[in-house]
Amino acid sequence: MAALIEIERLTKRFSGFTAVDDVSFTVDRGEVLGFLGPNGAGKSTTMRMLAGFMPPSAGTARICGADVVDQPVAAKRNLGFLPEGAPTYPEMSVTGFLAFTGRIRGFRGSELADRVAHAMALTQLEGVRLQPIETLSKGFKRRVGLAQALLHDPPVLVLDEPTDGLDPNQKHEVRELIRRMAPEKAIVISTHILEEVGAVCTRAIIIARGRVVVDAAPTVLEQSGRTLEEVFRGLTLGEAA
Amino acid sequence: MAPALIVARRELAGYFATPVAYVFIVIFLVLAGALTFTLGNFFGRGQADLIPFFSFVPWLFLFLVPALTMRLWAEERRLGTIELLLTLPLPQWQAVAGKFLAAWAFCGIALALTFPLWITVNVLGAPDNGVILSGYVGCLLVAGAYLALGAAVSALTKNQVVAFVLAVALCFVFAAAGSPVVTEFLDTRIPQLAEIARAVSVADRFGGFTRGVISARDILFFASFMGFFLFVNAVVLDHRKAD
Repeated sequence: MAALIEIERLTKRFSGFTAVDDVSFTVDRGEVLGFLGPNGAGKSTTMRMLAGFMPPSAGTARICGADVVDQPVAAKRNLGFLPEGAPTYPEMSVTGFLAFTGRIRGFRGSELADRVAHAMALTQLEGVRLQPIETLSKGFKRRVGLAQALLHDPPVLVLDEPTDGLDPNQKHEVRELIRRMAPEKAIVISTHILEEVGAVCTRAIIIARGRVVVDAAPTVLEQSGRTLEEVFRGLTLGEAA
Repeated sequence: MAPALIVARRELAGYFATPVAYVFIVIFLVLAGALTFTLGNFFGRGQADLIPFFSFVPWLFLFLVPALTMRLWAEERRLGTIELLLTLPLPQWQAVAGKFLAAWAFCGIALALTFPLWITVNVLGAPDNGVILSGYVGCLLVAGAYLALGAAVSALTKNQVVAFVLAVALCFVFAAAGSPVVTEFLDTRIPQLAEIARAVSVADRFGGFTRGVISARDILFFASFMGFFLFVNAVVLDHRKAD
């Protein structure tokens, strides 16, 4: 069986520079891929192309076998995506917002209510269910975005900085949640927090200037007697690895 | 429910969750009323019809509709929700159609709230209510045409001021194309263009509706006008969504 996420020679050129340069990898069920790299390395651009938001300049990506360019709706149905910054409609209530995304995903009636309740339970949002999202703190907003991505229990999760802005307890909860879901899904998370990679990821990809420079398990990266941070700095600052 | 209708429902609720809806409706009603009774000479004419009202509506929409459409895509970009909306499993044209339908329904609500005028003419005289209804249909079609045009412009630029000014200018072109100033000028210089100007004039088409004439040609004109600009909107969005 093909991998749940297949990225093939994905390239994105903006006028003047290449943000993502010939990136290929696959993610299987049960894998949690940590996507690392300095700011501007092309992490978000890659994730946007994978989510079918940004059309690639060359190459392609498939989610559960559906091409994100040729069969966008089929691909998106199997995807839970947390965009960068966890955007939400500020005037909507938490339940209103989740019900909206659920309805678009084709849920109705009691099933819709169950899905919304379950997603809120997973992300501990019950206490603020009727509050307008704009009145919530940063951590809550992030979790609303996360709840939206989990609502339909998708086989593929793409999360752009899921723990950004969360306090240590909430970070722990989200990592636990990702670990619990991991066996059933293919998950890609981008992060700046290197310890997170060791904590939840089964595999790490470091990307610099649009290219993949490392693709290995975090334990393998650390085996060479250095910390993940040293590896990261060595590779992305362009020093001898 | 089709995804477009789910989007439309959310959008429409969004209008009423912010001051946008109330400001728009109040300004529209105040201006429409004031113009009808002062410049329109509603009472002095001594005729039980809504011609004075209908004659001002396209000009009010010329400024108010772009105020509605300028934020249509720009706001989604600013909040980043465009990335969320367009990665949900719905065809992109359904998102375009949903936003348009919500704005159109909203204009319909604003128009419906001018019902006291209709009551007034019915109390004061015996107007032809068929003509009035056809006038309202015309107003709604003009709103739809301006909305489709404004929405396409909004997809084009991130800047709300640019979107507003461009939309007003383009709507004005279609509003004024059939006016004697334009057509007479073109008649003497480039007669072929004068024909085209009359054909694409929103105001000319609207005139028929206010006289109670609903012709298939005019309906077809407005339908293809909206269809064309919604298509442009979808194409532009596809190319510029990530900018």
